[in-house]
Amino acid sequence: MIHATALAREFHTKRGKEKSVVTAVAGVDIDVAEGEIVGFLGPNGAGKTTTLRMLTTLLQPTSGSATVAGFDLATEPVKVRQNIGYVSQSGSTSGSALAGLEVVDHGMLYGISKTQATARARQLFDQLDLDGLWDRPAKTLSGGQRRRLDIAMGLVHDPKLVFLDEPTTGLDPQARANLWTHISDLREKLGSTVFLTTHYLDEADALCDRVMVIDHGTIVASDTPDALKRQVSGDLVTLSVGSETDVAAAATTLAAIATSEVTTDALVVSARVLDGGKSMPDLLRALDKAKVEVTSIESRRPTLDDVFLTLTGRSLRESE
Amino acid sequence: MFFRDTFIVFRRQLRIALREPAWIVIGLLQPVLYLALFGPLLEPLAGQLGATNAYTLFVPGLIVQLAIFGALFVGFGLIGEWRDGVIEAERVTPASRTALLLGRVLKDVLQIFVQGGILIGLGFAFGLRGSIGGMLVGFALALVLSVAVAATGYALGLTLKSEDSLAAVANGVTLPVLLLSGILLPMTIAPQWLQTLSDFVPIKHIVQGIRDLFRGDFLTTGVAWGIAWTVILVIAGLWVGTRTFRRQNA
Repeated sequence: MIHATALAREFHTKRGKEKSVVTAVAGVDIDVAEGEIVGFLGPNGAGKTTTLRMLTTLLQPTSGSATVAGFDLATEPVKVRQNIGYVSQSGSTSGSALAGLEVVDHGMLYGISKTQATARARQLFDQLDLDGLWDRPAKTLSGGQRRRLDIAMGLVHDPKLVFLDEPTTGLDPQARANLWTHISDLREKLGSTVFLTTHYLDEADALCDRVMVIDHGTIVASDTPDALKRQVSGDLVTLSVGSETDVAAAATTLAAIATSEVTTDALVVSARVLDGGKSMPDLLRALDKAKVEVTSIESRRPTLDDVFLTLTGRSLRESE
Repeated sequence: MFFRDTFIVFRRQLRIALREPAWIVIGLLQPVLYLALFGPLLEPLAGQLGATNAYTLFVPGLIVQLAIFGALFVGFGLIGEWRDGVIEAERVTPASRTALLLGRVLKDVLQIFVQGGILIGLGFAFGLRGSIGGMLVGFALALVLSVAVAATGYALGLTLKSEDSLAAVANGVTLPVLLLSGILLPMTIAPQWLQTLSDFVPIKHIVQGIRDLFRGDFLTTGVAWGIAWTVILVIAGLWVGTRTFRRQNA
C-alpha cells in the first residue's frame, strides 16, 4: 500500500543573511502492506508530519521516491489523492460551516455525485456517533466530535488508505478511547489500511500492528509493539523504603536480581528485573532478611516509552 | 471537472458568507456613508469639477472603492480557513488548485455585484443621472477589477498567513491608492505634480474610464486606458493567485 525509498525532505530557512538547511526527514524507507494499521511514533519535531505530508502529496520530497496506494508520488499525484484519505492535525472544516454539508462538499471535490456524497456522509455520521449534528455549525461541536467530523471528511470517498496525523491530540481520555474504537473499526469494518502518527505510546500500543519509531528524521526501529517492548529486558521494579538508612541495603538486594543498573532517587530504588511478577516474593523475602522497611513495591511491564528511551537514550516525554 | 470543482468551492463559500450576512452589510456601509454624507458636498461643486452631475463623478469612485476594499480584505477569511485546516483538506483532494482559487473569487465578485448594484440604485435616489449602458459597462469593468484584487488578496493571505501582517500590507496599499486614484475627487483639479504622480496609479485610470462611461462617453482615451489597465491587472492578479494556490506547502 505504501512503498517509500529513501524519502527525504530539507527545509531552507533564512534568518537575516544566515541561510541554513534543516533536514526534517533524513531518508526513510517505509513499507506498509494492505490491511495493516501502522503507527509512526516519535516526539514533536521528529519528522512525522513532514513524512506524512510527503506521502499525501502535500509536500514534494527533496529526494527519494514512493508509491502510495499503487501510484507514483511524483508522476501521478492526482491518482494518489483519489485513493487516499487524510485527516490532518489542524482539522479540516470551517467553524461557521454546517457539519454535514462540509462532508458532502468534500466528497464532491473527489468527483462523487451529490446524492452519493450525501448518502455516504449520512452513513459516516451514523458510524462515527455524529447523529443529530448534521445541521450544526462545526464550531459548536465538542473537541471529540469535531475530530470525528475530520475523520468523516477523510473517509467520505471510501479511500483504500487512510492517513491520520495525531488523531487524538488535545482530546480528553474518554474521547480518545472512543476515537480508538473508531480507528480500529476502519480496518475491521471497512478494510482500510491505516497509517497514523502519534506521540502517545499507549495509542500506538493499543491500535497498531506495527510501530515505526522516528527520531531526528530517521526511523530507528520498526516492529510490532510487543517485539519492541521485548527489546527492553525486564519489567521495571520500583520500591520505596521507609528511611535513608535502608536505601543502600535495598539497592544491594535489588542489584542481585536486576538486569539493569539500579537507580536511586531519594527513598525510591528501581531496576529492571526479568519477569518482575515472579521474582517479587523472593525479592520481598530478601528485603525482609536485610531488615529493609518497604513502604511500597511496584512492578511495571515495559512500555513503548521505555522502548523509546532504549532506542534513543531519551525519554519521549523529555523531548516533547 | 474544472468547472464543477470551481462551482463546488463557489457554492460552499457563498453558503458560509450567507450564514453571516452582517459582513455583507458592513462591507456596504462605508460606500453608502460616503454617498450619503459626502456626496451632497460635491453637488454644488459639480461645475467646478467639470461635470453636469456630481454623482456621475462620485458613484464610479465609490464602486471602485468597493471593488478594492471589499476584495483586498478577502485574505482575512482565507487565513481563518487556512488555520482551520480547510485549505490543506482541499489540497489533498484531486480538485484543481485553480478551481480552489476561482470558486472563492467568484463568490467575492458576486458579493461586490450585489453591493455595487445597491450602491448604484441608491445613487439614483440621490440624483445620479447618466447613460444606463455606460453604467452597465463601467460596473462590469469594476467587477473585473475586483477579480484581480480578490485573487491578489488571496495570494497575500496565503503567503503572509497572519492577520496582523495582512492588515499592515492591506492598509499600507489601500490608503495611498485611495488618495492617488481620485476616488473621492477627480485628479483633474489636482496640482500638476500630484496629477503626474497619480498617473502612475493604474486604479486612477480605471476610475477615470468608468466616469467617462457613466457620462455616456464610450470612445475616450480615458475608457481605453481604463479597460487596458483592468485587463492587465486581472491577468496579473490571476497569475499571482494561481501560482500561490499551486505552490506546494501553501
